[in-house]
Amino acid sequence: MALQLLKSKNVVSLFRSKLGFLAITKQPKCYFTHQIHSFSRTLTQNLESPCEFSCKNPNFMSFYRWESTMAEKHLNITEHAMDYPGGKVKYTSDLSFISGSPEERIQCYRVLDENGHIISSSNFIEIGKEVAVKMYMDMVTLQVMDTIFYEAQRQGRISFYLTCIGEEAINIASAAALNFDDLVFPQYREPGVLLWRGFTIQEFANQLFGNEADYGKGKQMPIHYGSNKHNYVTVSSTVGTQVPQAVGAAYSLKMDGKNACAITYFGDGGTSTGDFHAGLNFAAVMEAPVIFFCRNNGWAISTPIADQFRSDGIVIRGQAYGIRSIRVDGHDAVAIYTAVHEARQMAIQEGAPVLIEALTYRAGHHSTSDDSTKYRSAHEIEWWRSSQDPVSRFRKYIERKGWWSTEAESELRTNTRKQLAEAIQVAERSKKPPVADIFRDVYDVVPSNLSEQEKLLRETISRHSKDYPSDVPV
Amino acid sequence: MAMTKIGRSSGTSRFFNICRWTTSLANTTTTTTRDETKILHTTTTSTSSKGGGGTTKSMNLFTAINQALHIALDSHPRTYVFGEDVGFGGVFRCTTGLADRFGKQRVFNTPLCEQGIVGFGIGLAAMGNRAIAEIQFADYIYPAFDQIVNEAAKFRYRSGNQFNCGGLTIRAPYGAVGHGGHYHSQSPEAFFCHVPGIKVVIPRSPREAKGLLLSCIRDPNPVVFFEPKWLYRLAVEEVPEDDYMLPLSQAEVIREGSDITLVGWGAQLAVMEQACADAQKDGISCELIDLKTLIPWDKETVEASVKKTGRLLISHEAPVTGGFAAEISASLVERCFLRLEAPIARVCGLDTPFPLVFEPFYMPTKNKILDAIKATVNY
Repeated sequence: MALQLLKSKNVVSLFRSKLGFLAITKQPKCYFTHQIHSFSRTLTQNLESPCEFSCKNPNFMSFYRWESTMAEKHLNITEHAMDYPGGKVKYTSDLSFISGSPEERIQCYRVLDENGHIISSSNFIEIGKEVAVKMYMDMVTLQVMDTIFYEAQRQGRISFYLTCIGEEAINIASAAALNFDDLVFPQYREPGVLLWRGFTIQEFANQLFGNEADYGKGKQMPIHYGSNKHNYVTVSSTVGTQVPQAVGAAYSLKMDGKNACAITYFGDGGTSTGDFHAGLNFAAVMEAPVIFFCRNNGWAISTPIADQFRSDGIVIRGQAYGIRSIRVDGHDAVAIYTAVHEARQMAIQEGAPVLIEALTYRAGHHSTSDDSTKYRSAHEIEWWRSSQDPVSRFRKYIERKGWWSTEAESELRTNTRKQLAEAIQVAERSKKPPVADIFRDVYDVVPSNLSEQEKLLRETISRHSKDYPSDVPV
Repeated sequence: MAMTKIGRSSGTSRFFNICRWTTSLANTTTTTTRDETKILHTTTTSTSSKGGGGTTKSMNLFTAINQALHIALDSHPRTYVFGEDVGFGGVFRCTTGLADRFGKQRVFNTPLCEQGIVGFGIGLAAMGNRAIAEIQFADYIYPAFDQIVNEAAKFRYRSGNQFNCGGLTIRAPYGAVGHGGHYHSQSPEAFFCHVPGIKVVIPRSPREAKGLLLSCIRDPNPVVFFEPKWLYRLAVEEVPEDDYMLPLSQAEVIREGSDITLVGWGAQLAVMEQACADAQKDGISCELIDLKTLIPWDKETVEASVKKTGRLLISHEAPVTGGFAAEISASLVERCFLRLEAPIARVCGLDTPFPLVFEPFYMPTKNKILDAIKATVNY
């Protein structure tokens, strides 16, 4: 490649101008020849010196300035450095490859141990009582909501559901550390962020049933929540597509001078997508205030980590993009809260992206369409669910602080179950959105081809009403 | 719209000389794929254009597009232009002067990653900005296909209109250029015409391009705007210097006739115009329609014309099978079956990847069109 560069007039003149600079830094004047020949020099002793070469081929190095050959031969190559595009790079005579993996895995930041005790040497944010109690209550609500909605699907009342069992702390604690104005680009396992921001059980139920009160107007499968008034961008099933979008949104926030960031969530599987790579690279180059939050829960449907990537998880990739990163315990609400809080500050103050990898375990099935005992042991699932439950860990922490009690717990769970039952009943009985909505919102206004299709469809409906569900108003 | 003088006119004058030089070069090249390089000028019948109140200036396609971008950025502060190499002016000069004038935070290079360009653009647009993303060649748009089809096109619909990315405009040069081969000549419009939720717009000339591009940028729906690269330098016409917009989803009859209707878009119209002129010599009166917006497309104008002439011919560079001519043909058969005097003709590219040395054979040339006109009229 270096030889090809010589043929380019532009490069030669570039190096011509560079020579003056290098003279100042006491680099050898024929550094360029070192560039081509240094590699072969280390391998073979027989190669003529570059100066000898140039003497024989005066036209080859038209810009070469004559220097003592004796001095050059004694120069230690490791002192050489070059101003390549991208920055100064030192040379080395060691032939060594960087290992594919670090000797030790990147350590995982944790504040609470499994029993909810603060690990003494921890550096963390003290969460006040009001926020901590709300966090805990929302984690319980999320847990109960997941159980009951999952059951509702099993009973055939909704068509689909997926839970975030084991990831309650990730959902709630990360949301708690953000401001309401921070724009959220979820994958699909983060309804807790919406819950934290005030989305009601009824609003969740409406989306699951796709009824007329669903903000998504019955367009998508259950769990594809979205709410502009909660700054939570509508979920799409496609994995990873939200990542570069979050970067664009973050850039906008920066350009508008907002005291806000964007955050996007994705799983371990999502990090294999091209969009993940695109998003991180763009964020670094554009200097976008975005938090990339990876829920590394060990499974992408049935695909375990070992079949997903061979790197030390996701945290290690941050540096490859020039992005600061941290690994946190995904079952530790305080650690997550702290990490997200700090990441947010960094992102906004510096206009820079941050990568957070939360290690966790997907304690539930991928979704109601999955039975994960087919590819992992029930014992393994149960171990994680019981011993690493983020909800009980945080409960122990707040109970020890005197902020929670058994009575409060049973009252919360009872009330939540009641709320859910009511919400499901109401949502189930509600009508669906009208047929007219099929054709709305494809564009900002309905184009003529869609008006025509609506007319034809209505004629068909009136001729064959039995073909159509009766809960969709015509 | 406010009259906006574009202050780069002195810089563009050298392009006219290049243009004339390129025109003569094209004529002498043995592999030229155009019978004649007479460029289709916007006719005076295009009274739909609001431009023309102020002065006009002779300019080529990339200059007209450049003017549209200058106006777009000047008239709306939350407008961004980005893509590979746009910073220095772009490989086709369409973004010349923008970074200098509006700053590198509004006009910037992106990494080489089309899915990132469009994904990033969707995010920007979702925040209410006008995001003008450039894809360097339409041939490279496919990595962004998922973002365009699954995200941009559905952003509004799936959210129940709580969110939208209507401010997104994706610009890409498309079409044959004489020597482009597989990956610098493609016309991928048909892929996108199959996606409800986006608009696809293709201008035929500099004046059309400026007005249509400004409409696309300001339209509250995501738009894919294909620019005929063949015409970047070759097409020169008087273009109003002010801010004007041409309507989307409105086809234009650019040549009136009574024996046969021809429908096309982009650079192909110039070829079709030549065929019409030749057909005229044989006493065949051709009506030529520029579709301009491919989706949602103006069926009414085409239908009215076919009801008048009874014959239809559609021509595009893209391969014939599954090309957009098929949609137009099927729709017009539905609407005008009893009026049709002959089968609807399609004169399109071959069903092959776009070949290099065989470009003249691949292309829907003037003579292919002329033969089809005669065959249809004499059916």
